[in-house]
This record gives sequence, C-alpha cells and structure tokens, in this order.
Amino acid sequence: MSDITRAEVCVTACADLFAGAGETLASPMGLIPSLGAKLARLTTEPGLLLSDGEAFLLTPESTVEGWLPYRKVFDVVAHGRRHVVMGANQVDRFGNQNISAIGDHARPTRQLLGFRGAPGNTINHRTSYWVPRHSPRVLVEAVDVVSGVGYDRATGPFHDVHRVVTNLAVLDFATPDHSMRIVSVHPGVSVDEVRKQTSFPLVATDVGETRLPTDEELELIRTRLDPDAKRDGEVPR
Amino acid sequence: MRDKRMTADEAVGGIKDGMTVGIGGWGSRRKPMALVKALLKTRVEDLTVVTYGGPDVGLLCAAGKVRKLVYGFVSLDSIPYDPWFRRARETGAVEVLELDEGMFQTGLRAAGHRLPFLPIRAGLGSDVLTYAPEIRTVRSPYDDGEELVAMPALKLDVALVHLNRADKHGNAQYLGPDPYFDDLFCLAADRRYVSCERVVETFEGPPQTLLLNRMMVDGVVEAPGGAGFTSCVPDYGRDEALQREYAAAATDLEKWPEFYERLLG
Repeated sequence: MSDITRAEVCVTACADLFAGAGETLASPMGLIPSLGAKLARLTTEPGLLLSDGEAFLLTPESTVEGWLPYRKVFDVVAHGRRHVVMGANQVDRFGNQNISAIGDHARPTRQLLGFRGAPGNTINHRTSYWVPRHSPRVLVEAVDVVSGVGYDRATGPFHDVHRVVTNLAVLDFATPDHSMRIVSVHPGVSVDEVRKQTSFPLVATDVGETRLPTDEELELIRTRLDPDAKRDGEVPR
Repeated sequence: MRDKRMTADEAVGGIKDGMTVGIGGWGSRRKPMALVKALLKTRVEDLTVVTYGGPDVGLLCAAGKVRKLVYGFVSLDSIPYDPWFRRARETGAVEVLELDEGMFQTGLRAAGHRLPFLPIRAGLGSDVLTYAPEIRTVRSPYDDGEELVAMPALKLDVALVHLNRADKHGNAQYLGPDPYFDDLFCLAADRRYVSCERVVETFEGPPQTLLLNRMMVDGVVEAPGGAGFTSCVPDYGRDEALQREYAAAATDLEKWPEFYERLLG
C-alpha cells in the first residue's frame, strides 16, 4: 500500500475526528474534511448528519433527508449537536483561531472573511480545525484576532476544541494546561519537521504515526467520494 | 388594499444620509442588487450597512456610501474575499461592527421583537467583544447565574430584500432552498422594500414559501434578474463569469470605471 497519498491519510484523519459522534451534524469546511465526514458516515459513523453546504441534509446516496437553511444551522449551533471542522488562517498553542483579519483589527494589513460563525461554534459545541499547509505562519504563538475561542479564553459549559488536522500531523489539546500536543505524525513526517513548521513549542510525548486508510476506505475515497482526485489539489502528493 | 408597486428609484428615494440600511440575502446569494444599484445612483452617503455581506458591501464601499459596516462576514462565496471590502478595511475607510453570524441574527430578532437585546452565548471569549466594547454581557437571574452576551437590537431604518415572487400588496415568496433572513430584516426595519423577479396575482407552491406578508412590506419593485450577478434559484444561478469580472475589476482599479458604468447600465 505504498501508493497511499498524503491527502488520503488526511481524509481518514478527518474521518476519525467524528469517532463516536452518533447522530450529530458534521459541518466540514473544505474538501478534505468533507471527504472525511462522508467517509466516516459510510464506515464507522452511519448516524452522522451531513449537509450539502447549502440548505439540505443529504444521505450518502444524495437524497434529501432534511432541511437545514442557515437560520436552522444557528439553532443547531445553540443546541450543540454539531461538530464543525473549520479552516484557519492562524491557530495558536491554546487553539485560538483567526479567520477575521491579519494585523490590527481596526485597520488590518490583510482583511479576511470576518468572524463568521467561529465565536458561536467554539462556545457551543465540538470544533476541530483543518490546516492544509502546516507552517509557522499558520501555527502561530498568538493569533492576531480571536475568531474561534481557545482554551486559555474558554468560558461556559460547552467549549470543546477537539483536534487540529494538518498536512503533517494530528494535534490536540490533551495536556494539563491545554496547550497543543502532537497526537501523531503522518507517515513520512518527522516530529522535528512538525516542530520546525510550528511557531510555538509543541508537546510531543508518545507521538504515534497517523494510521493509513483501510482497503475499504481507500476504495471509497478513490472510486466513490473523490474519483477525480481533487484531494491532491488541496494536499499535494 | 394598497397597491405598493413602485420603481427601484422610488424605493431607495427615501433613504437619507446617515441612515441604517439592512440588506437581505447572504454572501453572493439573492442579494437585492437592482435596489443596491439604484442606491448607488443616488447622492446618499454616510450609510450604516447591516448585512450578511457579499458584493452589495463591495459596491457600496466602491461608491463611498458607507460610513459603518455591520456584518458577520463578507464573501462572494465562490471567491472568498470581496476586493472592495478588503480595500475599505485595509485603508481604514469604514468603521465596522464585526459580529458572529448567530449574534447578527439575534440582533435582528431583538429588533423585530422590539427588545433592547437578546441573550446569546456566541461572542463570549472571542474578540467580537474586544472590538465592540459597546456590546455588554448580562447575567442570568436564575440559579445557573450564567453570563451571556446581551446582543443589542440591530434596528434598521430601511430594509432592502429580493424574493422570487410578490404580489402588489407586498406578500412575497422565496422559491429557492433557503429563505436566508429576509423576513427578519423586514421586521427589524421602519421601511421595507422588496424587489422580485415577477409580480403575480396568485402564488403557486406551498404557502410555507410565503416568507413576507403585507404587514412587513412598504414597497414592491418588479425587477426581473434583480439579484444578478448573485444567485436567485430556481429562477437563475449565480453569474460566475460576471462575478469574476467584478472581482477582477475591483482588484485592478484601472478596469473599475468601465466595469462599474457597465454594471449600472
């Protein structure tokens, strides 16, 4: 199975984010997390609810099983049965995330999307992040604008930043002070490389290797979910 | 019953300098672009624009009509960032109240319910509150004692929305998959103008698609194609080619005057 690509490892790492989720709305942003959520639904998590990114809940056969316009998404956010995988222009060691602006918010050097739903997501339900290019510019000591709330600013009963999946590694916050930790490095990636591409010190005890997709998963990814291999555009081979 | 039909110019004619204008739709979806273009042709300025932002924001910034923007995001959907919005922000040309998307909806609901605020969790711990110190928190008076954001009402002077069908009295219908928040914009506003693809005598389709009733509307503008280049499904999808032209012209200012003139027709 030496022909397994990095993108395919990232897809299964994203699928594993939803382990044990049950009947929860999976809201993946970006191609790799979307493939991961669909893969989880087809394998270990058949209870997952998946939206088409617009207003419908779809089965793996793409039939409509529910209606979820944006206003109802906010109801689900507040209700809490949701696991979102957001992108991040910046993430810091405590899981604060920025998709709003680079520089001073009053007059940014680079305006990005805005807060979007990040504050509400992170204060209400489980949140993970997907970083297709793990670099010191993304994994920063402190984010410029806190859109998604990290552990050092967490408040309330429902804050739950789960994992960060990157093109190099899977990371989480299961340390005594909730600072970021390497859970596993992808096959062919060293802990040193991950550290070099990160602006802050990472906890790295008992680092594993990210698992490879099973034959069944590979088959699903390659023939059913992404036959045109668009995944290689988001994570190069 | 009143016949509320009017032109786009008449609809925006009552908008004065300094007013707060809510714009319906979402990103680059079912934006009332015909009404926005009519607004661009007026001399009005210093507007506060309240919107789930798309090219409406970019165009109004390009025309120098905006003093303050209130938004959860600004995006062209298929193109992540609106270049005019970026320029306005990066040159400090506009003041902003940047909110979480759910806070935004809650603010509209508070205004529609004539409440000073509604509680919400979203915003706590984030920099929304850092950059909007005017937004306060409130403590639950019950045993939980939880601290929540007191999202202030987003009161609007005027709401502009675009739907698929309307009658001349202001009942209006969406036929696409998502109503977005157009009813909330209308409930939050003193004056409400809906443009539509077609004015009809009677509505087809399920009554649940009748998003607005005539209590919620002061003017009806028949504007076929009036959401373009944003999407207005099922009548039409987004004009991606024209949107790309918009974004290219907004990025390269030498191209802008020609594009802008053509867009405004």
